[in-house]
Amino acid sequence: MSDRHHHHQHHDHDDDRPRAHDAPLSDVELRVRALESLLVDKGLVDRAALDALVDTYETKVGPRNGARIVARAWIDPEFRRRLLENATEAIAELGYIGRQGEDMVALENTRDVHNMVVCTLCSCYPWPVLGLPPVWYKSAPYRSRAVIDPRGVLREFGVDVGADVEVRIWDSTAELRYLVLPERPPGTEGMSEEELAALVTRDAMIGVAKVPSPAPPSARGAKR
Amino acid sequence: MTARPDLDALPAIPRDDEGPVFRAPWQAQAFAMAVSLHERGAFTWKEWAKRLADEIATARERGEVDDGRRYYHDWLAALEKLVAEKQLLRADELTRRKDEWERAARETPHGKPIELRPTAS
Repeated sequence: MSDRHHHHQHHDHDDDRPRAHDAPLSDVELRVRALESLLVDKGLVDRAALDALVDTYETKVGPRNGARIVARAWIDPEFRRRLLENATEAIAELGYIGRQGEDMVALENTRDVHNMVVCTLCSCYPWPVLGLPPVWYKSAPYRSRAVIDPRGVLREFGVDVGADVEVRIWDSTAELRYLVLPERPPGTEGMSEEELAALVTRDAMIGVAKVPSPAPPSARGAKR
Repeated sequence: MTARPDLDALPAIPRDDEGPVFRAPWQAQAFAMAVSLHERGAFTWKEWAKRLADEIATARERGEVDDGRRYYHDWLAALEKLVAEKQLLRADELTRRKDEWERAARETPHGKPIELRPTAS
């Protein structure tokens, strides 16, 4: 099995308070968890209803920044090179800067390698680039299964990775976050940067989807 | 799914044309809790807006810069107070539960999801 799990020391990831490095959740995160779990226990709110609300707004941080980065990398080989060499700087060139000073690494998906990002501890996620994490990203089954059975998880997302393709799982941390640079789909020759950016999905930048070729809307798969 | 919360009634919520904008996941969770509690009738939206405005005004008096960065800190503090005032939860329950989460987080090895085990209490 060629699948690799890239493991990194995890630290906290709150936006505005320095804390002990061994504390994985910040003070506000603990308060939110305390309040939420008590309200759910007492039946005062419904967990599914909360998740649905969060889901509604999950794309509302840094809405399409990541897609623009990917589109630029597809059409500008020099930018692509800089992105893969030093993603933090290349992304800053476009004016997107992580508020928390975290470093970004871009992972290039190719015919031979499929990269997929997970945070197994507490769902670190590059919000400024990708927006709020989807609810499933934070779910325990996704986090643990992505490491144990990445191909199975990918299949559930509708991505069949051939046996000859190496699957790499990247575990993000507070300091180091990943952006998957998906393969540019065929049939996009001559498209503008803006048109390309519109094709790039959040899931593709996490590595749980491929960017579909432009096709009539009816032919597109439903997005999870 | 549900009616959209009346964002216009709230003091200066960070938003765009389509709705609220969050800086971190916990902020969206805090937002969702207030909206959900209101939908369940725990308090009126007017009560909530007033409570939040008071919290922001207090923060301003403390000398907090009013640039939106602390909006959801104030939001969470207002919500904690309102649920206590409405006797939905007791303040000591919240403190205890927070400690439990902190312990769970510290005792969880990297690679395992942080989960709260039921405790005998």
